[in-house]
Amino acid sequence: MSVNLPYAMTAELTHRCPLHCPYCSNPIELLKRENELSADTWLNVLEQASELGVVQVHFTGGEPLLRPDLELLIRRARELGLYVNLITSGVGITEQRVRQLVEAGVDSIQLSVQASSPELADSIAGFQAHERKKQAAEWIRASGLDLHMNVVLHRANIHRVEEIIELCAEWGAVRLELANAQYYGWALQNVHLLLPSKEQIQIAEAAYARAHERFGHQIELLWILPDYYEDFPKPCMGGWGQVSLTVAPDGRVLPCTVSSDIRSLSFENVKERDLAWIWHDSPSFNAYRGYEWMAEPCKSCERRELDHGGCRCQAFLLTGDASAADPVCKWSPHRGAIAEMVGSIANGNGDVGTSNYSYRGR
Amino acid sequence: MSSLALSELPRLRGPGRMKYDKARQSDLLLLPERVVQLNEAAGAILWLCDGHRTIAQMIVELESKYGQSDLREDVVDFLDSALEKGWIELCR
Repeated sequence: MSVNLPYAMTAELTHRCPLHCPYCSNPIELLKRENELSADTWLNVLEQASELGVVQVHFTGGEPLLRPDLELLIRRARELGLYVNLITSGVGITEQRVRQLVEAGVDSIQLSVQASSPELADSIAGFQAHERKKQAAEWIRASGLDLHMNVVLHRANIHRVEEIIELCAEWGAVRLELANAQYYGWALQNVHLLLPSKEQIQIAEAAYARAHERFGHQIELLWILPDYYEDFPKPCMGGWGQVSLTVAPDGRVLPCTVSSDIRSLSFENVKERDLAWIWHDSPSFNAYRGYEWMAEPCKSCERRELDHGGCRCQAFLLTGDASAADPVCKWSPHRGAIAEMVGSIANGNGDVGTSNYSYRGR
Repeated sequence: MSSLALSELPRLRGPGRMKYDKARQSDLLLLPERVVQLNEAAGAILWLCDGHRTIAQMIVELESKYGQSDLREDVVDFLDSALEKGWIELCR
């Protein structure tokens, strides 16, 4: 089997974060500072990644600004010719720090926002962050960088999607990712509080279409589908170990940011193995490449080349078997697991509001 | 007929950047959240989009580089589509 080379690396510098979002993509068991890779190890990882074919690095966390060596890593990544994106909550940023990041060579900064009003946003984040984000957006724009933004959509904010787009336009974003929550880790723990109803989604899609008319020329808008309401699974990550990789704060190398959820696999660490070996030869990266690993209904399915059987993490979390069809698929024998959650919401059993969240890191 | 005048000065739209990738032995256009693997012709044209060369100058250089004399239409068509995709912009 020929293996593609990875285009992108997500470098999770830390799990530490001032925010406590209930849908965080970090694992439930957050790594502590003493487990984080040193700057020297990260510099070495960047070099190996560049050799391997990575051309784009996303520095994220947790909150990557908490690493004082961030600028050092950005500078090295740029020297290696990588495109450098920084994904941040914006909390803790200063005008001076923005200047340092620009001098180090960051290409773009993606700022998260939780909602359109400070009250709702802060109750989702579990932290008074919204006004600081507004200030961060101003500094980023004033530095001459394009402002990119993202928001995770769920039951408590999806009815405000049009206002969220207006807010991001007002703050000067040129790109906005509207990501319907995907249910892993923290989000799965809070799914009964986060999953919107079908009706909410339909209203939001109409609002998105209106906002696209109004702001589409000014902001690039990306709508990431709520997969629980689809008939077929998403082609997750463009396939397992096909286009990108993630390095966790402790050095474990993962096919995506949430795949450490798959307890049936063990993941190799950059402290022990070369990145190229991990990408090309490790059991974890080869586990779900190609089609040999598939079971029915995927194995003989004509859609298998479109969606690769969907998401391995979702299959593991909802069926206990990472090689099963993604239960989003209407042909999955486990579709009932999703139907049950969706049905429970439709019957009005979902809580409203943010007061019962199981906040990340609390 | 294309709308692009030969006197225009195209340049890559920031923060997009060109990179020759040794691992793939191919020119890549690096864009926010996106990487475009370019064929040889597309790469050769985009490397010249520096905001200092006119389209006419680019055509002369490319024709000389590839020993051809009829690249004008191909180059202008490609630049038109690159402009449409937001890869390049025209200097004012």
